[in-house]
This record gives sequence, C-alpha cells and structure tokens, in this order.
Amino acid sequence: MSAQAALVDTRRSHALWRRVSGGAAARGRPYALFVLPALVLMAAVIVFPWLFTGFMSLHEWKLSQARSFAGLDNYLRLLGDERFQWAALRTLYYAALAVVAPLVLGTVAALIFHRRFPFRGFLRGVFILPMMATPVAVGLVWTMMFHPQLGVLNYLLTSIGLPASLWVYDPGTVIPSLVMVETWQWTPLVMLIVLGGLAALPTEPYESAQLDGASAWAMFRHITFPLVLPFLMVAAIIRTIDAVKSFDIIFVISQGGPGTASETLNLFLYLQAFAFYDVGYASAVVAVFFALIVTLSLTLLYLRQRTQWSA
Amino acid sequence: MVGVRARRRLRRLAGRAGFAFAVLVMISPALMVFLWMISLSLKTEIENIAYPPVFVPETPTLDNFRHVFEASPFGRYIVNSLIVTGSATLFALAIGVPAGYGIAKAKAYRLAVLVLIARITPNLSYLIPLFILFQFLGLTGTLWPLVMTHLVITVPIVVWVMIGFFETLHPDLEEAALIDGATLWQAFRYIALPLARPGIVVAAILAFIFSWNNFIFGVVLAGRETRTLPVAVYNVLTFEQISWGPLAAAALVVTLPVLILTIFVQREILTGLTAGGIKGG
Repeated sequence: MSAQAALVDTRRSHALWRRVSGGAAARGRPYALFVLPALVLMAAVIVFPWLFTGFMSLHEWKLSQARSFAGLDNYLRLLGDERFQWAALRTLYYAALAVVAPLVLGTVAALIFHRRFPFRGFLRGVFILPMMATPVAVGLVWTMMFHPQLGVLNYLLTSIGLPASLWVYDPGTVIPSLVMVETWQWTPLVMLIVLGGLAALPTEPYESAQLDGASAWAMFRHITFPLVLPFLMVAAIIRTIDAVKSFDIIFVISQGGPGTASETLNLFLYLQAFAFYDVGYASAVVAVFFALIVTLSLTLLYLRQRTQWSA
Repeated sequence: MVGVRARRRLRRLAGRAGFAFAVLVMISPALMVFLWMISLSLKTEIENIAYPPVFVPETPTLDNFRHVFEASPFGRYIVNSLIVTGSATLFALAIGVPAGYGIAKAKAYRLAVLVLIARITPNLSYLIPLFILFQFLGLTGTLWPLVMTHLVITVPIVVWVMIGFFETLHPDLEEAALIDGATLWQAFRYIALPLARPGIVVAAILAFIFSWNNFIFGVVLAGRETRTLPVAVYNVLTFEQISWGPLAAAALVVTLPVLILTIFVQREILTGLTAGGIKGG
C-alpha cells in the first residue's frame, strides 16, 4: 500500500467512524432499494436472534424438553453462579492482556514498517500472515509447540538456559500462554491501523524538532505518539471487542482447561448451550455477555472521542 | 578527517544492521510458526516426536498428506468449504455491493451502524436461536444452515469495504449520466460498478478468507457429512495418541490457500483492512 493510499484510507475511515458515531440524518430515499435486500437480510439474521434470545432467556428451557416461563430466574441464577463469575473475571483478565500486548508490539512494528527498506512489501506480507491464517490450523500447531515434553518451545527455552514451562497444561500459565498466541495472531492488525496513522502524519513538526536537536525518543514521545493516539484508540476498541469474544484459539488449544482455568465467558456460553443444551440459561449469559461488550466498546469510544485531534 | 568519515560510515552501517535485526525479530515469530508447520507435515512420526526436535526433515515425505486424505473424506470437506464460502461470498457481493453504494450515496450512515453491531456481536449468540430455527425447519444435515450463517461474516465485510470505496469515487460521471436520463440503477450498473472493480476484489478476498477460516458455525451446525475444513481439521486431533504429522498436514491444507492469497494480494488486503479495521470473528 502506497503512503498516499494509506493516507486516503485512514482519513476516510476516520470520517466514517465520526459520522457513524456522530450520526447524520438519512436522506436520499431513491437509494432505498439498493439497501433494502441487505437490510432485510441483516435484520433477519441479527434482529430475529436477539428477540428470540430475549424470549428464551425468560424461560426454563432445555432442548428436547418442554419449556416453561421462568421470568428472571435465569438471570438470578447467574448472580449466584460462581463458575459464571469466575468466567467473567477470567475474560477481563484475558482481554486486558490480549489488548495491551498487541497494542505495544503493533506500535513498535508499525514504526519499523513505516521506514523504507528493501523487500518491505513482501516482509509486511509475511508479518500479516498470522492474522489471515485459519485460527484452528495455527491453534493446532501451537498446541504441538506447547507440549511440555516434546514441544519445540520448551526445547528453545532450555537451550538458552531458561527453565521449561508447562504452558497451557498449568492453571497458572494457561491464560498468558493463550494470550501469547492471540498476540502473535493479532499484532499485525494493530500494526496496520497504526501504520495508516503514521502515513497520515504531517512532516513539519519533525523538521523543526530536528532543527532544535530533539532526540528520537523525544520526537516519538511529543510528536508521533500524540498524533497517532486516535488510531491507537481505534485499535484498542477493535482489540477489546475481539479479545472478549475470543473463542477459536481457546477452544482448540485448551478447551477451557485445565479444569476451568481458561474458561472465558464465550467458552462457558458454548458449554451451557451446546454441551448441556440449557438454551434458556445460555440465552441469559448471551444477554449479559453482550451488555459487557457494548459497555466496554462505548467506554473506549467515549475515550476516543476525547482524544480526537482537530482534523 | 578520514577517521571521522570512516567512523561516521561505520556508525551508519551499525545503525542499518541494527534495523535489519529489528525487522528480523519482528517477522520471525510469524515465519517460525509457519515453517515449523511445514516441517512437521513433511516429517515421519519418529522425527516429529524426536527430542531434541528435528528442524529440517532428513527425508521429506508426503505420507502425512496421503494419510489425511485416506483416513477421512477430506476431499469432500474441501468441496463443502468451497460451496459454503463460495456461495456466502457471491451472495454477499450480490446484495452487499448495491447496499454499500446506496449507503455511500444517500449518506445513510445510521444504516452502517447495523454493520458495526454485526461486528460487535459474538457469533455464539446468533447460534443458539439459529440452531433451534434450523432444527425446526429440518435443515440440519444440509449445507444451507452453514451458507446462511456465513452471511453474517461476509455481508458486513462487503458492505463496509464498499461504502468506503464508493465514497472515494468521483460522482461526476454518474451525475452526467443521470442528467442524460439514465435511471439510478443504470448509473450504478454501467458507471459506478465497473469503476468499483478494485474495491469489489478487495471485498471479495476479505469476505472469502474470513468465511473460509470460520470455525464456530461449523462446529455447531455441521454434521459428519457437512463439515467444513476447519471443523474437519479439528476432528483430526486425537488426544489418545500423538500423531503430529497428519495433524500438521491437515492444518497446512486448510490454511495454505489463504497464506498464498495473502502474500500475493497483501497490498489489496491492507487497503481493505485499514478501511475501518474490519475482520470476521
């Protein structure tokens, strides 16, 4: 992607974000027919499940059994369910790690890929492979790499003199290990977003800073970082949403184990719905889970609005 | 004087070496995992569980790949994946490209919020109601439920990328056509659509990849006969015995098309992804 394309692109997505969050009156009825088919479809696959989920969550309902109206019983049951509460806490822990690590590494990677060097396009292609690769496939490879006796990771650790780890086989290290995979996978997305931000930076502040003899760190700290901050916030919002919803990697590598040590809300939900077929209770979990995601995204969106640079 | 110049050159060289090293450190985790995957898939079982690990296979073999295709109807799963992802992508283009055009032209960004909501909602939360619905309709055991649920991934990607793309298209030509008496549909079909071809390619690639990679819909909705590739690979995993070779081979078969596609069209992918930072999931 040329610098110019990146510039156009990020400005555009910026404008789009602002208008989506700010809102503009819908006009131009003649175009309604263009949008209608997609609108009907999205309504069908989004609105129907929501209404139905709300309906189910108010019922005592196991698949293949009769259902009965239960009012708010399922929600009350959630309040007293320790396994659910641990899953919620674990999700926040997992998400915090899985947001911060890719943000830091992605910013560093963006600073590197922002410079010109030979084979940059190809190497950038290699760098983004993890996020395009099939999660189940890479999850399986990581599972093999995590093997305590025969895995290549412990071989690498011990060969440089570090103690071997139990990785995903120990309740204490399972979440950081899974976050490591998630970081490996999603650092490229943060890199791309920040790279778009870097491409849109003006050059004048750097020129005058250079004249004033500012150090590289001072320039990053006082010029680059503040200007890129809005893009970092976009990356943080996207990462938060994805980290909270993370499923494939956890399901494939640890199945929520050992025990329930890596059972996040999504895994808990899967278990309730498709192992216990307790769809009434699972629907209440969905409702709470969705409220959590919306709250987190809105909080970050609010923070982002406040860091908006005057553009 | 000479000494100063030499020192300066040395420092520049050191700086360059340091930068090259930084690049290497950045890309090596990505590179290593995929090379290790290839290595595992080409080695015999003895080499795969050897300790210390064998990095480069002594006698590379394709037995693991043969085993995957013999032990399970892997060919059929490939066809399943192609049908599900192909139909979901084509259908998403058919309704998503006009929708993106309509939203961009009418500046109806409130409708774009619907796309964002689809992006935020966990896939599992669609699955419970849809699972019950598909059972009720008697569609379980066919590929239909998979195609329909994959639209949840492909349609938002296509709409979102196309909104961004149509916004950057200059409206002059269409306006001229409208003044000459063309209908809105004709202006779209004969003027905007051909110009938007690059955007459509980006949208199609991204929709295809994220639908291809999807696991969660398949794991819930697919039966033995209707598995898509990610689900089939997951089922190769056996906990009783370690059979790493076939597992890595199966994983490679699933993800190789995506990896190759990514390398070749990385520039297009980057343009599409930065336009709003979208992905399925």
